[in-house]
Amino acid sequence: MAPRLCALCKEARAILKRPKTGQQICKECFFFVFETEVHNTITQAALFKPGDRVAIGASGGKDSTVLAYVMKTLNDRYKYGLELFLLSIDEGITGYRDDSLETVKRNQEQYDMPLKILSYGELYGWTMDAIVAQIGKKNNCTFCGVFRRQALDRGAAMLNVDHIVTGHNADDIAETVLMNIMRGDIARLGRCTLICTQGEDTIKRSKPFKYAYEKEIVMYAYFRKLDYFSTECIYSPDAYRGHARAFLKDLEASRPSAIIDIIHSGEAFEIKEEVKVTQKAQQTCKRCGYMSSNELCKACTLLEGLERGVANAGITDRARKTFNTEGQTPKDLRTIPFFQLPGSGATSVSIVAPT
Amino acid sequence: MSTINVKIEFGGGLELLFSNQRSHKITIPARVPSENSSKAGDDTESTESEGRPVDLKYLIFWLRDNLLKEREELFLENGTVRPGILVMVNDTDWELEGEGEYQLKDGDEIVFISTLHGG
Repeated sequence: MAPRLCALCKEARAILKRPKTGQQICKECFFFVFETEVHNTITQAALFKPGDRVAIGASGGKDSTVLAYVMKTLNDRYKYGLELFLLSIDEGITGYRDDSLETVKRNQEQYDMPLKILSYGELYGWTMDAIVAQIGKKNNCTFCGVFRRQALDRGAAMLNVDHIVTGHNADDIAETVLMNIMRGDIARLGRCTLICTQGEDTIKRSKPFKYAYEKEIVMYAYFRKLDYFSTECIYSPDAYRGHARAFLKDLEASRPSAIIDIIHSGEAFEIKEEVKVTQKAQQTCKRCGYMSSNELCKACTLLEGLERGVANAGITDRARKTFNTEGQTPKDLRTIPFFQLPGSGATSVSIVAPT
Repeated sequence: MSTINVKIEFGGGLELLFSNQRSHKITIPARVPSENSSKAGDDTESTESEGRPVDLKYLIFWLRDNLLKEREELFLENGTVRPGILVMVNDTDWELEGEGEYQLKDGDEIVFISTLHGG
């Protein structure tokens, strides 16, 4: 095939076809449009202000590595005035997480950002390996997701940051919309397309890659020669998300805009009034102080289940009944340390914008 | 029968299916039968004037038959690479080069990158 010229600059040879738009563009133009689109996502949602301390949830995988690189690039290029940190959570998955953490440590040096690693072992007393050994591979993703969400907030509180950013991309969000529909999870359906979420008692959390295609993130990393770790979590093959992902990939193959279109559908959902009133109001966990829909937050419930040997208490109805009838919570039960947002009694930290 | 040499790279975790090796240098026939199911190099009946020049579609099946060690369904689906696997030909998206119909030349470098893993 004869070499084509880039549709944007019309000078260099086109080397890729953008999955998002079908445009055939050259390498430099690709870098520019990719980075600029993320910049536009950030500015249109007014995510940051100068002086913000921002923690990048970094796993060593493709999305977070590219996110760290792009955040640093945009922070320098457009002078956001942000102080950037890398925050990593060690779930304790041998052969998966320990390898990817090595990548994050390399990222720390390559991008010159401070790094904090927080582990499930030190926070909850249970690694994912131990949890899976106890409960098997069917509901383990529930534990991991709940624990990780809290762990990120706690790590960010320790770093005293204003904002957490994660590498969730367009594919992830579209999959989540589909999953929530398939499971009838109305509360989540209403929230999952928000680019920035914040509760009264949690740190702001945003997804700058909300409209970035996963394929483009991989291509960006490939052409920029970014170093990332790429293996599927050893416990994930049975995860429910796999169904949504396989379906989405097929949809994308025949109509690439399906991903963005699903997100737009998700953004347009409005919950009927009579359904809204049945949703639970947010409160705080009476044991650890984290945000919760019930008296005890999900993490405390799951942890108590693990400690008392009724691990599925937070998950199946039958186990919950056993849990409740088997007597009181023991007094010496291991619990999660009390959670406090930065700025609530913490000493103020002077903020200096990078020169 | 003339052959060509091609360099193959696997990324994004795909290397795990190919003996955990990212780089492979392979030799494949320069011309292949018109229908697509043969094992490489065994077809003593094809001559220079038959069949078609070797293309990416053939290469994918060749890889499955000769280098793929396990879990065929993670690499190949419906006669082509599984959705979610990117293919680059000499640093160019294969969609710009005709995908499966791109005709391989001696010295080409083909990269297969999987996007299907955590970020």
